[in-house]
Amino acid sequence: MDELKITVRFFASYREKAGTSETVVDIPDGATVGDLTSRLAESFPDLTSRPIGLVVAVNQEYRDHSFGLSDGDEAAVIPPVSGGRS
Amino acid sequence: MIEITHDELDPKQITDSVADDGAGAVITFLGTTRDNTAGRNVRFLEYEAYRPMADQQLAKVAEEMSERWDLKAVAISHRLGRLAVGETSLVVAVSSAHRRDAYEASAFSIDRIKQIVPIWKKEFFEGGEVWVGSQEDFDPLGVERPASQSWRQ
Repeated sequence: MDELKITVRFFASYREKAGTSETVVDIPDGATVGDLTSRLAESFPDLTSRPIGLVVAVNQEYRDHSFGLSDGDEAAVIPPVSGGRS
Repeated sequence: MIEITHDELDPKQITDSVADDGAGAVITFLGTTRDNTAGRNVRFLEYEAYRPMADQQLAKVAEEMSERWDLKAVAISHRLGRLAVGETSLVVAVSSAHRRDAYEASAFSIDRIKQIVPIWKKEFFEGGEVWVGSQEDFDPLGVERPASQSWRQ
């Protein structure tokens, strides 16, 4: 397979910056989470200027940027959670 | 009992759910919605979650508590949706034979929830709104590093 189809979900502040809650990205076979975040930063310039800082969950598990994607994966871009000060 | 719900939380019921004849202590923490942030008046708040990941991560927090401390039972309930000021958004109830375990596990749970559970809060002010998140430290894959180091064993 030449391309992977990845469903990307945006939440909270990232949804507002991206202007959408969901998009489908076609990305070359062998792509990693890092490749995906770079692509997202290009497609959604308001999302972030620092794609390496994006936290991503793949199929509901946090994954680092070296994690390899598979066709049909759901990748969620996770903004800082509802913390605030301790 | 671990739950994420749009319904009003019932601290009494959640506390009762951790009752145990072997418990010498029960600690119940309530997270409540504040009326101001940095001097701005909050009108109301909205919580949203990425589910079912948020449910799984909340269960993971409860597991970590039970692994680290000697507990009888743990219950965590997180509210979603629109909340007025003064409402309860989070309840964590912990029972243990001795109070120190329950106190420490309770404090740990709040830090940990804010590290790994994908739930977000938006505060609505007069003339504005803002998502609240701890930008600098958000690193759910990083070394477990609760803000309150003293809770570590």
